[in-house]
Amino acid sequence: AVVSTQVREAVVSTQSTGVMPNLYGDIFSDLTAGLIGGLGLAPSGNMGKDGIAIYEAVHGTADDLVEQNKGNPTALLMSALMMLRHMGLKTHADKIEGAVLETLKERKFVTGDIGGTATNPEYAAEICRKIKG
Amino acid sequence: SRCINAEYGSSGINAEYGVSTAAAPRTKYGGKTTVTLIPGDGVGPELAESVTTIFKEMAVPVEFEMIDLNREQLKDEGAFDYAIKSLKRNGVGLKGVINRSADFRHHNVEFRGNLDVYANVVRCMSFEGIKTHHTGIDLIAIRENTEGEYSCLEHESVPGVVESLKIITREKSMRIAKFAFDYAREHNRKKVTCIHKANIMKQSDGLFKACCKEVSEDYPMIKYEEQIVDNTCQQLVINPQQFDVMVMPNLYGNLVSNLAAGLVGGAGVVPSKSYGENIAVFEPGARHTWMEMKGMYVANPSAMVLSGAFMLKHLQLHEAGDVLIKAVKRVINRGEVRSRDLGGSCTTREMTRAFLAELDAIHSE
Repeated sequence: AVVSTQVREAVVSTQSTGVMPNLYGDIFSDLTAGLIGGLGLAPSGNMGKDGIAIYEAVHGTADDLVEQNKGNPTALLMSALMMLRHMGLKTHADKIEGAVLETLKERKFVTGDIGGTATNPEYAAEICRKIKG
Repeated sequence: SRCINAEYGSSGINAEYGVSTAAAPRTKYGGKTTVTLIPGDGVGPELAESVTTIFKEMAVPVEFEMIDLNREQLKDEGAFDYAIKSLKRNGVGLKGVINRSADFRHHNVEFRGNLDVYANVVRCMSFEGIKTHHTGIDLIAIRENTEGEYSCLEHESVPGVVESLKIITREKSMRIAKFAFDYAREHNRKKVTCIHKANIMKQSDGLFKACCKEVSEDYPMIKYEEQIVDNTCQQLVINPQQFDVMVMPNLYGNLVSNLAAGLVGGAGVVPSKSYGENIAVFEPGARHTWMEMKGMYVANPSAMVLSGAFMLKHLQLHEAGDVLIKAVKRVINRGEVRSRDLGGSCTTREMTRAFLAELDAIHSE
Protein backbone atom coordinates (compact mmCIF):
# COMPACT_ATOMS: atom_id res chain seq x y z
CA ALA A 1 0.00 0.00 0.00
CA VAL A 2 1.13 3.55 -0.61
CA VAL A 3 2.50 4.83 2.71
CA SER A 4 0.37 7.99 2.75
CA THR A 5 -2.82 5.90 2.43
CA GLN A 6 -1.58 3.52 5.11
CA VAL A 7 -0.83 6.37 7.50
CA ARG A 8 -4.33 7.76 6.98
CA GLU A 9 -5.94 4.34 7.37
CA ALA A 10 -3.92 3.63 10.53
CA VAL A 11 -5.81 6.33 12.36
CA VAL A 12 -9.20 4.99 11.34
CA SER A 13 -8.79 1.21 11.38
CA THR A 14 -7.72 -1.04 14.25
CA GLN A 15 -5.56 -3.74 12.74
CA SER A 16 -2.68 -3.51 10.39
CA THR A 17 0.60 -5.20 9.69
CA GLY A 18 3.14 -3.86 7.31
CA VAL A 19 6.69 -4.23 6.18
CA MET A 20 8.48 -1.05 5.21
CA PRO A 21 11.82 0.70 4.70
CA ASN A 22 13.67 2.54 7.44
CA LEU A 23 12.18 6.05 7.44
CA TYR A 24 8.57 4.92 7.09
CA GLY A 25 9.16 2.36 9.86
CA ASP A 26 10.49 5.06 12.17
CA ILE A 27 7.44 7.21 11.50
CA PHE A 28 4.95 4.35 11.63
CA SER A 29 6.23 2.91 14.91
CA ASP A 30 5.89 6.26 16.68
CA LEU A 31 2.47 6.80 15.09
CA THR A 32 1.13 3.42 16.21
CA ALA A 33 2.67 3.85 19.67
CA GLY A 34 0.66 7.06 19.94
CA LEU A 35 -2.51 5.23 18.93
CA ILE A 36 -2.23 2.70 21.76
CA GLY A 37 -1.35 5.12 24.53
CA GLY A 38 2.11 6.44 23.92
CA LEU A 39 5.76 5.61 23.87
CA GLY A 40 5.73 4.28 27.41
CA LEU A 41 4.00 1.16 26.12
CA ALA A 42 5.51 0.22 22.77
CA PRO A 43 8.07 -2.62 22.60
CA SER A 44 10.22 -3.64 19.67
CA GLY A 45 12.80 -6.09 18.48
CA ASN A 46 15.61 -5.82 15.95
CA MET A 47 16.45 -9.03 14.13
CA GLY A 48 19.70 -9.57 12.29
CA LYS A 49 21.79 -12.15 10.56
CA ASP A 50 22.87 -15.36 12.31
CA GLY A 51 19.99 -15.18 14.75
CA ILE A 52 21.10 -12.01 16.49
CA ALA A 53 18.20 -10.26 18.18
CA ILE A 54 18.25 -7.01 20.13
CA TYR A 55 15.11 -5.92 21.94
CA GLU A 56 14.46 -2.34 22.94
CA ALA A 57 11.66 0.06 23.73
CA VAL A 58 10.53 2.30 20.86
CA HIS A 59 11.06 5.39 23.02
CA GLY A 60 14.23 7.40 23.52
CA THR A 61 16.15 8.45 26.61
CA ALA A 62 13.46 10.79 28.07
CA ASP A 63 16.04 13.11 29.62
CA ASP A 64 13.33 15.15 31.31
CA LEU A 65 12.33 12.17 33.47
CA VAL A 66 15.80 11.12 34.68
CA GLU A 67 16.16 10.07 38.37
CA GLN A 68 12.55 10.74 39.28
CA ASN A 69 11.27 7.16 39.12
CA LYS A 70 8.52 8.44 36.83
CA GLY A 71 9.37 6.52 33.65
CA ASN A 72 6.97 3.85 32.43
CA PRO A 73 8.92 0.55 32.24
CA THR A 74 6.20 -1.24 30.27
CA ALA A 75 7.84 -0.68 26.87
CA LEU A 76 11.16 -2.13 27.99
CA LEU A 77 9.46 -4.90 29.96
CA MET A 78 7.33 -5.98 26.97
CA SER A 79 10.46 -5.90 24.80
CA ALA A 80 12.08 -8.26 27.34
CA LEU A 81 9.05 -10.57 27.03
CA MET A 82 9.52 -10.60 23.25
CA MET A 83 13.09 -11.66 24.01
CA LEU A 84 11.93 -14.47 26.32
CA ARG A 85 9.63 -15.78 23.62
CA HIS A 86 12.49 -15.67 21.12
CA MET A 87 14.50 -17.78 23.60
CA GLY A 88 11.70 -20.31 23.84
CA LEU A 89 10.59 -19.25 27.33
CA LYS A 90 6.96 -18.72 26.35
CA THR A 91 5.37 -19.81 29.65
CA HIS A 92 7.36 -17.27 31.63
CA ALA A 93 6.61 -14.54 29.13
CA ASP A 94 2.89 -15.29 29.16
CA LYS A 95 2.75 -15.23 32.96
CA ILE A 96 4.48 -11.86 33.20
CA GLU A 97 2.43 -10.42 30.35
CA GLY A 98 -0.80 -11.48 32.06
CA ALA A 99 0.26 -9.64 35.21
CA VAL A 100 1.23 -6.51 33.24
CA LEU A 101 -2.04 -6.38 31.31
CA GLU A 102 -4.10 -6.88 34.46
CA THR A 103 -2.25 -4.11 36.28
CA LEU A 104 -2.80 -1.77 33.35
CA LYS A 105 -6.47 -2.71 33.20
CA GLU A 106 -7.04 -2.05 36.92
CA ARG A 107 -5.34 1.36 36.61
CA LYS A 108 -4.67 1.47 40.39
CA PHE A 109 -0.88 1.42 40.16
CA VAL A 110 0.01 2.93 36.77
CA THR A 111 2.52 5.64 35.85
CA GLY A 112 1.88 9.30 34.99
CA ASP A 113 2.16 9.04 31.21
CA ILE A 114 -1.00 6.93 31.08
CA GLY A 115 -2.90 8.91 33.67
CA GLY A 116 -1.86 7.35 36.97
CA THR A 117 0.20 8.49 39.95
CA ALA A 118 2.37 5.48 40.75
CA THR A 119 6.14 5.55 40.56
CA ASN A 120 8.12 3.09 38.49
CA PRO A 121 8.97 0.86 41.54
CA GLU A 122 5.34 0.89 42.77
CA TYR A 123 4.09 -0.23 39.36
CA ALA A 124 6.71 -2.98 39.18
CA ALA A 125 5.88 -4.14 42.74
CA GLU A 126 2.20 -4.53 41.76
CA ILE A 127 3.17 -6.64 38.76
CA CYS A 128 5.32 -8.84 41.03
CA ARG A 129 2.41 -9.22 43.46
CA LYS A 130 0.20 -10.44 40.65
CA ILE A 131 2.82 -12.91 39.44
CA LYS A 132 3.19 -14.40 42.92
CA GLY A 133 -0.55 -14.81 42.84
CA SER B 1 3.52 35.90 -2.27
CA ARG B 2 1.12 37.24 -4.88
CA CYS B 3 -1.28 34.38 -4.59
CA ILE B 4 -2.05 34.63 -0.86
CA ASN B 5 -2.67 38.34 -1.00
CA ALA B 6 -4.88 37.96 -4.06
CA GLU B 7 -7.24 35.87 -1.97
CA TYR B 8 -7.72 38.56 0.62
CA GLY B 9 -7.68 41.54 -1.72
CA SER B 10 -4.60 43.29 -0.35
CA SER B 11 -1.45 44.00 -2.30
CA GLY B 12 2.17 44.88 -1.74
CA ILE B 13 5.61 43.99 -2.88
CA ASN B 14 7.27 40.83 -1.69
CA ALA B 15 10.65 42.54 -1.27
CA GLU B 16 12.85 39.52 -1.06
CA TYR B 17 11.64 38.00 -4.27
CA GLY B 18 10.83 41.22 -6.14
CA VAL B 19 7.44 39.81 -7.02
CA SER B 20 4.46 42.13 -6.99
CA THR B 21 1.70 40.81 -4.80
CA ALA B 22 -1.00 42.70 -6.69
CA ALA B 23 -3.38 40.37 -8.52
CA ALA B 24 -2.10 39.65 -12.03
CA PRO B 25 -4.63 39.92 -14.87
CA ARG B 26 -6.45 36.68 -15.59
CA THR B 27 -7.84 35.20 -18.74
CA LYS B 28 -11.21 36.86 -18.85
CA TYR B 29 -13.72 36.88 -21.66
CA GLY B 30 -17.14 38.48 -21.49
CA GLY B 31 -16.91 39.00 -17.73
CA LYS B 32 -16.20 35.33 -17.05
CA THR B 33 -12.92 33.95 -15.79
CA THR B 34 -11.57 30.86 -17.50
CA VAL B 35 -10.07 28.22 -15.26
CA THR B 36 -8.61 24.86 -16.14
CA LEU B 37 -10.50 21.82 -14.90
CA ILE B 38 -8.73 18.47 -14.90
CA PRO B 39 -11.08 15.80 -13.50
CA GLY B 40 -8.36 13.13 -13.49
CA ASP B 41 -8.78 9.38 -13.04
CA GLY B 42 -10.93 7.07 -10.99
CA VAL B 43 -13.74 8.91 -9.24
CA GLY B 44 -12.31 12.26 -10.40
CA PRO B 45 -14.84 12.83 -13.22
CA GLU B 46 -17.76 12.18 -10.83
CA LEU B 47 -16.40 14.70 -8.35
CA ALA B 48 -15.78 17.25 -11.11
CA GLU B 49 -19.39 16.78 -12.20
CA SER B 50 -20.51 17.87 -8.71
CA VAL B 51 -18.55 21.07 -9.01
CA THR B 52 -19.69 21.94 -12.54
CA THR B 53 -23.32 21.25 -11.59
CA ILE B 54 -23.15 23.45 -8.52
CA PHE B 55 -21.31 26.28 -10.29
CA LYS B 56 -23.92 26.23 -13.06
CA GLU B 57 -26.80 26.44 -10.56
CA MET B 58 -25.06 29.24 -8.70
CA ALA B 59 -24.40 31.00 -12.03
CA VAL B 60 -20.85 31.90 -10.99
CA PRO B 61 -18.90 33.79 -13.68
CA VAL B 62 -16.44 30.98 -14.18
CA GLU B 63 -15.89 29.09 -17.40
CA PHE B 64 -14.16 25.76 -17.25
CA GLU B 65 -11.59 24.71 -19.80
CA MET B 66 -12.03 20.98 -19.30
CA ILE B 67 -8.98 18.85 -19.91
CA ASP B 68 -9.43 15.13 -19.83
CA LEU B 69 -6.30 13.41 -18.62
CA ASN B 70 -6.59 9.77 -17.84
CA ARG B 71 -4.29 6.84 -18.35
CA GLU B 72 -5.23 6.46 -22.02
CA GLN B 73 -4.76 10.12 -22.90
CA LEU B 74 -1.46 10.29 -21.05
CA LYS B 75 0.11 7.90 -23.51
CA ASP B 76 0.05 10.90 -25.85
CA GLU B 77 2.67 13.33 -24.51
CA GLY B 78 0.88 16.19 -26.20
CA ALA B 79 -2.16 15.84 -23.93
CA PHE B 80 -0.14 16.40 -20.80
CA ASP B 81 1.82 19.30 -22.28
CA TYR B 82 -1.44 20.91 -23.36
CA ALA B 83 -2.73 20.71 -19.79
CA ILE B 84 0.40 22.49 -18.55
CA LYS B 85 -0.03 25.20 -21.22
CA SER B 86 -3.65 25.68 -20.21
CA LEU B 87 -2.79 26.08 -16.53
CA LYS B 88 0.00 28.54 -17.35
CA ARG B 89 -2.39 30.54 -19.50
CA ASN B 90 -5.32 30.55 -17.09
CA GLY B 91 -3.30 30.84 -13.90
CA VAL B 92 -5.95 28.95 -11.93
CA GLY B 93 -6.94 25.31 -11.95
CA LEU B 94 -9.14 22.75 -10.23
CA LYS B 95 -7.96 19.19 -10.43
CA GLY B 96 -8.46 15.61 -9.38
CA VAL B 97 -5.67 13.03 -9.24
CA ILE B 98 -4.07 11.61 -12.34
CA ASN B 99 -3.18 7.96 -12.13
CA ARG B 100 0.45 7.29 -12.79
CA SER B 101 0.88 6.06 -16.32
CA ALA B 102 2.75 2.88 -17.07
CA ASP B 103 5.88 4.56 -18.40
CA PHE B 104 6.93 5.81 -14.95
CA ARG B 105 6.41 9.45 -15.79
CA HIS B 106 5.16 10.98 -12.58
CA HIS B 107 2.49 13.25 -13.92
CA ASN B 108 1.27 14.65 -10.64
CA VAL B 109 4.85 15.38 -9.58
CA GLU B 110 5.64 16.88 -12.98
CA PHE B 111 2.67 19.21 -12.76
CA ARG B 112 4.00 20.74 -9.61
CA GLY B 113 7.59 20.94 -10.84
CA ASN B 114 6.77 22.26 -14.31
CA LEU B 115 4.38 24.88 -12.99
CA ASP B 116 6.51 25.49 -9.89
CA VAL B 117 3.44 25.11 -7.71
CA TYR B 118 5.67 25.07 -4.70
CA ALA B 119 3.40 25.46 -1.69
CA ASN B 120 0.68 22.95 -0.89
CA VAL B 121 -1.65 24.06 1.90
CA VAL B 122 -3.99 21.62 3.63
CA ARG B 123 -6.16 22.95 6.41
CA CYS B 124 -7.60 20.22 8.65
CA MET B 125 -10.50 21.41 10.74
CA SER B 126 -12.77 19.19 12.80
CA PHE B 127 -16.37 18.96 11.64
CA GLU B 128 -19.02 18.93 14.40
CA GLY B 129 -21.07 16.42 12.48
CA ILE B 130 -18.32 13.87 11.87
CA LYS B 131 -17.63 11.56 14.76
CA THR B 132 -13.88 11.38 15.29
CA HIS B 133 -11.73 10.44 18.25
CA HIS B 134 -10.28 13.93 18.49
CA THR B 135 -12.20 17.19 18.20
CA GLY B 136 -11.23 20.82 18.11
CA ILE B 137 -8.51 20.34 15.50
CA ASP B 138 -7.57 23.30 13.34
CA LEU B 139 -4.15 22.85 11.84
CA ILE B 140 -2.60 23.98 8.58
CA ALA B 141 -0.03 21.71 6.93
CA ILE B 142 2.21 23.56 4.49
CA ARG B 143 4.25 21.28 2.30
CA GLU B 144 7.12 22.15 -0.02
CA ASN B 145 5.86 20.60 -3.21
CA THR B 146 8.67 20.68 -5.78
CA GLU B 147 11.82 19.08 -4.37
CA GLY B 148 12.90 16.90 -1.47
CA GLU B 149 12.18 13.20 -1.69
CA TYR B 150 10.05 13.73 -4.82
CA SER B 151 12.93 14.80 -7.01
CA CYS B 152 12.52 11.48 -8.82
CA LEU B 153 16.25 11.12 -9.26
CA GLU B 154 16.97 7.44 -8.81
CA HIS B 155 19.53 5.15 -10.32
CA GLU B 156 20.70 1.58 -9.97
CA SER B 157 24.48 1.77 -10.36
CA VAL B 158 24.85 -1.81 -9.19
CA PRO B 159 22.07 -4.35 -9.84
CA GLY B 160 19.96 -4.69 -6.71
CA VAL B 161 21.25 -1.46 -5.18
CA VAL B 162 19.14 1.63 -5.86
CA GLU B 163 20.20 5.12 -4.88
CA SER B 164 17.62 7.85 -4.52
CA LEU B 165 18.54 11.52 -4.30
CA LYS B 166 16.69 13.76 -1.88
CA ILE B 167 17.31 17.34 -2.96
CA ILE B 168 16.95 20.19 -0.47
CA THR B 169 18.01 23.65 -1.62
CA ARG B 170 18.42 26.84 0.35
CA GLU B 171 16.42 28.74 -2.24
CA LYS B 172 13.33 26.53 -2.04
CA SER B 173 13.54 26.05 1.71
CA MET B 174 13.71 29.81 2.30
CA ARG B 175 10.83 30.26 -0.12
CA ILE B 176 8.50 27.77 1.58
CA ALA B 177 9.47 29.04 5.04
CA LYS B 178 8.65 32.62 4.01
CA PHE B 179 5.38 31.40 2.50
CA ALA B 180 4.47 29.63 5.76
CA PHE B 181 5.19 32.64 7.96
CA ASP B 182 3.40 35.02 5.56
CA TYR B 183 0.42 32.65 5.51
CA ALA B 184 0.41 32.46 9.31
CA ARG B 185 0.49 36.23 9.58
CA GLU B 186 -2.27 36.77 6.96
CA HIS B 187 -4.52 34.29 8.75
CA ASN B 188 -3.74 35.45 12.32
CA ARG B 189 -2.15 32.16 13.33
CA LYS B 190 0.12 32.10 16.37
CA LYS B 191 2.71 29.40 15.79
CA VAL B 192 4.72 27.76 13.02
CA THR B 193 6.28 24.35 13.63
CA CYS B 194 9.04 23.08 11.34
CA ILE B 195 8.74 19.31 10.87
CA HIS B 196 12.01 17.54 10.05
CA LYS B 197 14.29 14.60 10.66
CA ALA B 198 17.56 16.49 10.91
CA ASN B 199 18.88 14.18 13.65
CA ILE B 200 19.35 11.59 10.89
CA MET B 201 19.43 13.63 7.67
CA LYS B 202 21.77 16.20 9.12
CA GLN B 203 22.59 18.03 5.92
CA SER B 204 19.36 17.95 3.94
CA ASP B 205 16.80 18.34 6.73
CA GLY B 206 19.43 20.32 8.64
CA LEU B 207 19.45 22.89 5.85
CA PHE B 208 15.65 22.99 5.73
CA LYS B 209 15.47 23.51 9.48
CA ALA B 210 18.14 26.24 9.42
CA CYS B 211 16.25 28.12 6.72
CA CYS B 212 13.01 27.99 8.70
CA LYS B 213 14.82 29.27 11.79
CA GLU B 214 16.40 32.10 9.79
CA VAL B 215 13.03 33.20 8.35
CA SER B 216 11.38 32.94 11.79
CA GLU B 217 13.58 35.75 13.03
CA ASP B 218 11.78 38.16 10.69
CA TYR B 219 8.43 37.32 12.31
CA PRO B 220 8.94 37.93 16.04
CA MET B 221 5.17 37.95 16.68
CA ILE B 222 4.83 34.35 15.57
CA LYS B 223 6.07 31.54 17.80
CA TYR B 224 8.52 29.16 16.12
CA GLU B 225 9.13 25.53 17.05
CA GLU B 226 10.86 22.53 15.58
CA GLN B 227 9.73 18.92 15.88
CA ILE B 228 11.03 15.60 14.61
CA VAL B 229 8.58 13.98 12.18
CA ASP B 230 8.14 10.64 13.94
CA ASN B 231 7.30 12.41 17.17
CA THR B 232 4.96 14.66 15.18
CA CYS B 233 3.00 11.64 13.95
CA GLN B 234 2.69 10.41 17.49
CA GLN B 235 1.65 13.83 18.75
CA LEU B 236 -0.94 14.08 15.99
CA VAL B 237 -2.76 11.03 17.28
CA ILE B 238 -2.40 11.86 20.97
CA ASN B 239 -2.87 15.62 21.04
CA PRO B 240 -3.49 17.12 17.58
CA GLN B 241 -4.93 20.32 19.04
CA GLN B 242 -1.38 21.48 19.87
CA PHE B 243 -0.63 22.16 16.20
CA ASP B 244 -1.21 25.44 14.41
CA VAL B 245 0.75 25.99 11.18
CA MET B 246 3.23 23.29 10.20
CA VAL B 247 5.88 23.64 7.51
CA MET B 248 7.80 20.71 6.10
CA PRO B 249 9.59 19.18 3.13
CA ASN B 250 7.74 17.17 0.52
CA LEU B 251 7.48 13.64 1.90
CA TYR B 252 6.69 14.56 5.49
CA GLY B 253 4.09 16.96 4.13
CA ASN B 254 2.47 14.11 2.22
CA LEU B 255 2.35 11.89 5.30
CA VAL B 256 1.33 14.55 7.80
CA SER B 257 -1.46 15.99 5.64
CA ASN B 258 -2.87 12.52 4.97
CA LEU B 259 -2.68 11.65 8.67
CA ALA B 260 -4.34 14.89 9.68
CA ALA B 261 -7.04 14.38 7.03
CA GLY B 262 -7.75 10.98 8.60
CA LEU B 263 -8.15 12.63 11.99
CA VAL B 264 -10.88 15.04 10.86
CA GLY B 265 -12.90 12.77 8.62
CA GLY B 266 -10.81 11.51 5.72
CA ALA B 267 -10.00 12.16 2.10
CA GLY B 268 -13.61 12.92 1.26
CA VAL B 269 -13.83 16.14 3.25
CA VAL B 270 -10.45 17.87 3.17
CA PRO B 271 -9.66 20.37 0.38
CA SER B 272 -6.27 21.82 -0.45
CA LYS B 273 -4.78 24.81 -2.22
CA SER B 274 -1.43 24.90 -3.99
CA TYR B 275 0.37 28.10 -4.91
CA GLY B 276 3.15 29.12 -7.23
CA GLU B 277 4.36 32.59 -8.15
CA ASN B 278 1.65 33.10 -10.77
CA ILE B 279 -0.57 30.11 -10.38
CA ALA B 280 -3.00 28.54 -7.97
CA VAL B 281 -4.29 24.97 -8.16
CA PHE B 282 -7.14 23.66 -6.04
CA GLU B 283 -7.61 19.96 -5.41
CA PRO B 284 -8.69 17.53 -2.66
CA GLY B 285 -6.15 17.41 0.18
CA ALA B 286 -5.54 13.68 0.31
CA ARG B 287 -4.99 12.73 -3.28
CA HIS B 288 -6.45 9.37 -4.20
CA THR B 289 -8.09 8.20 -7.38
CA TRP B 290 -10.09 5.32 -5.83
CA MET B 291 -9.96 3.46 -9.14
CA GLU B 292 -12.00 0.51 -7.82
CA MET B 293 -15.06 2.72 -7.39
CA LYS B 294 -14.85 4.47 -10.76
CA GLY B 295 -18.27 5.06 -12.25
CA MET B 296 -20.16 3.99 -9.12
CA TYR B 297 -20.83 7.51 -7.79
CA VAL B 298 -20.10 6.57 -4.17
CA ALA B 299 -17.29 9.04 -3.53
CA ASN B 300 -17.80 12.01 -1.24
CA PRO B 301 -17.66 15.19 -3.33
CA SER B 302 -17.21 17.51 -0.33
CA ALA B 303 -13.43 17.84 -0.65
CA MET B 304 -13.65 18.65 -4.35
CA VAL B 305 -16.55 21.08 -3.88
CA LEU B 306 -14.75 22.82 -1.00
CA SER B 307 -11.65 23.06 -3.22
CA GLY B 308 -13.88 24.70 -5.84
CA ALA B 309 -15.21 27.11 -3.21
CA PHE B 310 -11.68 28.13 -2.20
CA MET B 311 -10.94 28.64 -5.87
CA LEU B 312 -13.89 31.05 -6.06
CA LYS B 313 -12.47 33.01 -3.14
CA HIS B 314 -9.10 33.12 -4.86
CA LEU B 315 -10.86 34.64 -7.88
CA GLN B 316 -12.19 37.36 -5.53
CA LEU B 317 -15.69 35.83 -5.75
CA HIS B 318 -15.86 35.83 -1.95
CA GLU B 319 -19.61 35.88 -1.57
CA ALA B 320 -20.08 32.84 -3.77
CA GLY B 321 -17.15 31.01 -2.19
CA ASP B 322 -18.26 31.71 1.38
CA VAL B 323 -21.86 30.69 0.76
CA LEU B 324 -20.77 27.43 -0.85
CA ILE B 325 -18.43 26.63 2.07
CA LYS B 326 -21.27 27.37 4.48
CA ALA B 327 -23.64 25.08 2.57
CA VAL B 328 -21.21 22.15 2.47
CA LYS B 329 -20.35 22.48 6.17
CA ARG B 330 -24.00 22.66 7.16
CA VAL B 331 -24.85 19.50 5.21
CA ILE B 332 -21.89 17.61 6.71
CA ASN B 333 -22.59 18.83 10.24
CA ARG B 334 -26.29 18.06 10.07
CA GLY B 335 -25.29 14.50 9.28
CA GLU B 336 -28.51 13.51 7.52
CA VAL B 337 -27.05 13.06 4.04
CA ARG B 338 -23.86 11.09 4.37
CA SER B 339 -21.74 9.28 1.84
CA ARG B 340 -20.10 5.94 2.58
CA ASP B 341 -16.92 7.36 4.06
CA LEU B 342 -18.98 9.27 6.62
CA GLY B 343 -20.92 6.19 7.66
CA GLY B 344 -23.94 6.65 5.40
CA SER B 345 -24.95 5.31 2.03
CA CYS B 346 -25.68 8.39 -0.06
CA THR B 347 -24.32 8.70 -3.54
CA THR B 348 -22.15 11.48 -4.93
CA ARG B 349 -25.17 12.95 -6.67
CA GLU B 350 -27.30 12.84 -3.51
CA MET B 351 -24.63 14.77 -1.65
CA THR B 352 -24.50 17.30 -4.50
CA ARG B 353 -28.28 17.70 -4.41
CA ALA B 354 -28.08 18.25 -0.66
CA PHE B 355 -25.51 21.04 -1.18
CA LEU B 356 -27.78 22.65 -3.78
CA ALA B 357 -30.79 22.45 -1.48
CA GLU B 358 -28.77 24.04 1.30
CA LEU B 359 -27.65 26.83 -1.04
CA ASP B 360 -31.33 27.53 -1.77
CA ALA B 361 -32.11 27.55 1.93
CA ILE B 362 -29.29 30.00 2.68
CA HIS B 363 -30.41 32.21 -0.19
CA SER B 364 -33.90 32.52 1.25
CA GLU B 365 -32.61 33.31 4.77
